[in-house]
Amino acid sequence: MRGRSLLVRRLTSLVMLGGAAVCTVISLIPLLSTLKFVMGKGLPALDLEFLTSLPKPVGEPGGGMGNAIVGSLIVVGLACAVGLPVGVGAGIYLAEFGRNRFGGLVRFVADVLTGVPSIVAGVFVYVVVVLAMKGFSALAGGLALAVIMIPVVTRATEEMLLMVPVSLREAGLALGVPYWRVVLDVVLRAARGGIVTGVMLAVARIAGETAPLLFTSFNNRFWHAGLDKPIATLPVQIYTYAISPFEEWHAQAWAGALVLVALVLSLSILARVFAARRR
Amino acid sequence: MAKGMVVEHLNAWFGRHQVLRDVSLRIEPRAVTAIMGPSGCGKSTLIRCLNRLHELVPGARVSGRVLLDGEDIYRRGLDPVLVRRRVGMVFQRPNPFPTMSIFENVAAGLRLNGWDRRLGPQAVERSLRLAALWDEVADRLHRPATELSGGQQQRLCIARALAVEPEVLLMDEPCSALDPASSLKIEELIRQLSRDYTVVIVTHNLQQAARVSDFTAFLLNGELVEYGPTAELFTRPRDRRTEDYLTGRFG
Repeated sequence: MRGRSLLVRRLTSLVMLGGAAVCTVISLIPLLSTLKFVMGKGLPALDLEFLTSLPKPVGEPGGGMGNAIVGSLIVVGLACAVGLPVGVGAGIYLAEFGRNRFGGLVRFVADVLTGVPSIVAGVFVYVVVVLAMKGFSALAGGLALAVIMIPVVTRATEEMLLMVPVSLREAGLALGVPYWRVVLDVVLRAARGGIVTGVMLAVARIAGETAPLLFTSFNNRFWHAGLDKPIATLPVQIYTYAISPFEEWHAQAWAGALVLVALVLSLSILARVFAARRR
Repeated sequence: MAKGMVVEHLNAWFGRHQVLRDVSLRIEPRAVTAIMGPSGCGKSTLIRCLNRLHELVPGARVSGRVLLDGEDIYRRGLDPVLVRRRVGMVFQRPNPFPTMSIFENVAAGLRLNGWDRRLGPQAVERSLRLAALWDEVADRLHRPATELSGGQQQRLCIARALAVEPEVLLMDEPCSALDPASSLKIEELIRQLSRDYTVVIVTHNLQQAARVSDFTAFLLNGELVEYGPTAELFTRPRDRRTEDYLTGRFG
């Protein structure tokens, strides 16, 4: 009886383990094949000219996405400049002072916003900023991405702060340190690694957003000329090239995709190294 | 520097559950007062009322008076932060700040309170010496605090609490997470500290209470059953329940 139940348990364990392994492999297939595809198709078209020069008109060989690379960095930078302080601040509020109805409301709204399709964020900024400023602009693009970023950063920050044990907060408070300083110097420091990871996920997500940029930052064939002007970005440039009927443009779209992946990856590695060193 | 405390008719609740009932006692300056009793009797709550930490738990409530050097720490309009600067605390589990070095941990109270930076190094050395940790860490002050052993971490927490020069030091079962050798070190330290500080220690360890304390309070179900000089309470308990507890009939 006992031996039999042990056998059954071992078999169940084996089957479950096998199932989990199969699922892991299945989940890796699209990821790895995407990477392989992007590498295979992107690398041939990737060279120094591609990284540093402006796009050429149709039919002319060469040209690149230099302006779109710079543009993406600018727009994502703008989104971070707005989204990080707001998102981290709201996360701190929710974790430390948000155990009331208002906190519950903010949490609910943040969750709803996280699920809102990104194109809706674009429409919102189009109405509020683009129409008001009477034109597409880098600023509008950054704001649209910030709208997408804020709820993600807020909830990530909140969850990381709540993981910091109560005993650390009490240790600070028992020293006669005011609550706000305990939060800033003890709790936030302890949660920094997790917050950086959450922020990086948000940055990775917005860096690849295309839809909200189509009618906020639009596109530009030239170098960045001011935050109030339309600006080229990698996702929009990739989109434009990918739907074009030209072979060279397709190749360039792949190269652009590769650059985008590489940018996001190196950003997140940098952030992790930084967070680990400051620990 | 060391001040006494007087607890008058103290009641404490978690939500509707009353954990302390009409507790009154006088904590003598420059002495060790032990609070003992079985699990759940309200020992920890009692000392957490002495530095106003209890009220931070959602739903927690306190009534009564606690005098520190004659002044009610629950006085209306008094910032609890000011109380906690005068009444330090060491917790059950060592809780050094994990992101800070040994030095930064000890200096944390000074730095986070925005006090004079230049006093830092001397204050850190003085506190580490007081906590009998200086010789073990002098050559690695800037290593992470998490590298220390459990017993060392607890002494680091004591040093951290002493650095802000409190008038009273509360210790909530400071040895319960430590091995016997480390516990003994902490006990010796408590004896030494009582020359200059008022120490209140919570313990469920009878021998520890007998070894380290000058006065002992016995708490049962949130009520103060008996309070008096340790030698007297242990040899001639006046209350039947104290005697039962001491002889191991419950708890």
